[in-house]
Amino acid sequence: MVRRIGGEPSQPGGRYKDVTTDAPVDTDDRLIKAGLLKKLLTRPEFGSIIGAVAVFAFFSVITENFFTVDAISAYTNPAATLGIMAVAVALLMIGGEFDLSSGALIGGLGITMALLIQDAGAPVWLAMLLSLALAVGVGVFNGYMVIKTKLPSFIVTLGTFFIVQGAGLGFTRLISGQTTIYLSDYLEGSDWTRILFASTPFAGIRIPVYYWIVIAALATFVLLRTRYGNWIFAVGGDAASSRAVGVPVNKVKIMLFVNVSVSAWLVAMFNTFRFQSAQIGTGVGLEFEFIIAAVIGGCLLTGGYGSAIGAAIGALIFEMVRQGLAFARWEADWFKLFLGLMLLGAALLNQFVRIRAQRARS
Amino acid sequence: MTHLIEVDSVSKYFGNIMALKDVSAHVNAGEVTCVLGDNGAGKSTFIKILCGLHQASDGQYRVDGEVANFASPREALDAGIATVYQDLAMVPLMAVWRNFFLGSELQQGKTPFKRMDVAKSKQTVVDELGKMGISIRDPEQPVGTLSGGERQSVAIARAVYFGARVLILDEPTAALGVKQAGVVLRYVVEAKKRGLGVILITHNPHHAYPVGDHFVILRRGEVLGDYQKKDIPLEQLVQMMAGGADLETLQHELEKAAAQTGDDELAEAATAFGEETEQLGLGDE
Repeated sequence: MVRRIGGEPSQPGGRYKDVTTDAPVDTDDRLIKAGLLKKLLTRPEFGSIIGAVAVFAFFSVITENFFTVDAISAYTNPAATLGIMAVAVALLMIGGEFDLSSGALIGGLGITMALLIQDAGAPVWLAMLLSLALAVGVGVFNGYMVIKTKLPSFIVTLGTFFIVQGAGLGFTRLISGQTTIYLSDYLEGSDWTRILFASTPFAGIRIPVYYWIVIAALATFVLLRTRYGNWIFAVGGDAASSRAVGVPVNKVKIMLFVNVSVSAWLVAMFNTFRFQSAQIGTGVGLEFEFIIAAVIGGCLLTGGYGSAIGAAIGALIFEMVRQGLAFARWEADWFKLFLGLMLLGAALLNQFVRIRAQRARS
Repeated sequence: MTHLIEVDSVSKYFGNIMALKDVSAHVNAGEVTCVLGDNGAGKSTFIKILCGLHQASDGQYRVDGEVANFASPREALDAGIATVYQDLAMVPLMAVWRNFFLGSELQQGKTPFKRMDVAKSKQTVVDELGKMGISIRDPEQPVGTLSGGERQSVAIARAVYFGARVLILDEPTAALGVKQAGVVLRYVVEAKKRGLGVILITHNPHHAYPVGDHFVILRRGEVLGDYQKKDIPLEQLVQMMAGGADLETLQHELEKAAAQTGDDELAEAATAFGEETEQLGLGDE
């Protein structure tokens, strides 16, 4: 409980009306005048919402069937795994750090589980848990290294990226002599894995989509409504100031790295149980897609600002464009052009919003 | 009588460098003590001892008449001694209410659903700032959009709200324009009226004089004097601050150098400097 010192509470703006500006205007009037549009403009996810509507409208017009269940499942299914990662990466970016190892980790964690099942004879549940433990370990390693060495997370996780990729390839070939491990024989009798990670509960929408929605909602709640969310913004915005008021900066950053790794594990489970196989190399290169989706969703590269729901929408835009091009029978070559333009547009919009937010009134 | 906080013949050595020598000062509840001094006078060392960052090498530090040995700023804070630093410990991109409660968030609900009490937090911020005479348009606005004086005020209001009995303000007006400095000084008076002891550290006697009850002048690590407001007019305070004798020495040095080198520009500078010193001595404000 906070202790309070002082006399009777007086009315705000009563006795000392308006000491900061010249115009004698009442506080609440000005608040209303700020307007809905202006308020929306200061939300980090604003750009991604506009973008999603625009992209959806565009492809709905130039293709006939963008609104069918088939089409929706065609872009929501891949958007789900991208989105789950983008949300975790967005939280990390708001906390002021990067993770370049997140993509390679998806393949690494999947193959770890597969090796444990095929070559060590571990039961499926144990292999899953050990793979999860490895994910936590990598996250802690990333976070701990960044904090202890004070090196930019860009460099530290680039190192982890190569370590994960190299160790994954090396050990997999050494142990099994393969780069792809097929698990269908081993998964007989483990129906629960299919239900949990590879089912299609409703209308052609696969289960990762539901995870994606729940995770995005949960992350948004944590970010905006809990003290942990407050701390995530704070450590990314100004770590020294946060420390001065008692925020456990190191703990928060390590947790964010672990959250990314654990999300990579979840995506590895989706992939492995859906295809009943694991392949080393899965996910390599995707780390930039996660970051791009987070930026489209309103994250600043400098930290301290961004949105979880925005990142989820960013992933949706990403896949709508990719699938939209296919639906419109355009060459997939155009995708990268779209991607580059969207990224630049989003980064510019974020910069504009940030400058507005930081501009000191004279 | 017992003072709220008091330092008695405190000295601080760093190796063989003496940063503070036999410094005594105090503050009572509802009183503003101004600590004035130029660069290198020992102001920062003085603050760091008060807020628990440094421990005195010699002398006593008493809170409510009892000897206090703070090992960290946290302990000083727990004793109700809050320091507002120049950098303010705020995150510019975050909303005012989020900054206000950062690290000590108001919460509601049971554990898995524990969340911040946003409405109450915002209302508290508006009320607390209102009490101190700052009307905030919208507690959702980022701290970065506040002016320097408003930011300073939010930092002070935060310290007061979280139970400070003594406020130590480190150069609160240094980076501010005249109008903004006025806002902050007004806030200092408000804090005093609410029964807090305030220690205002500054190098600007014009800012200190209107709000201070007594003035401790530091020079080269020593206390030059501790004056009640009625005992010292502003002119004299300015003169003591500027260190009249020191300036004269400086002028002579310049003149000597000018004579040696025969540099006209240097001679001109020396004359101009002398005139300025004289003006300062007269105190034109």
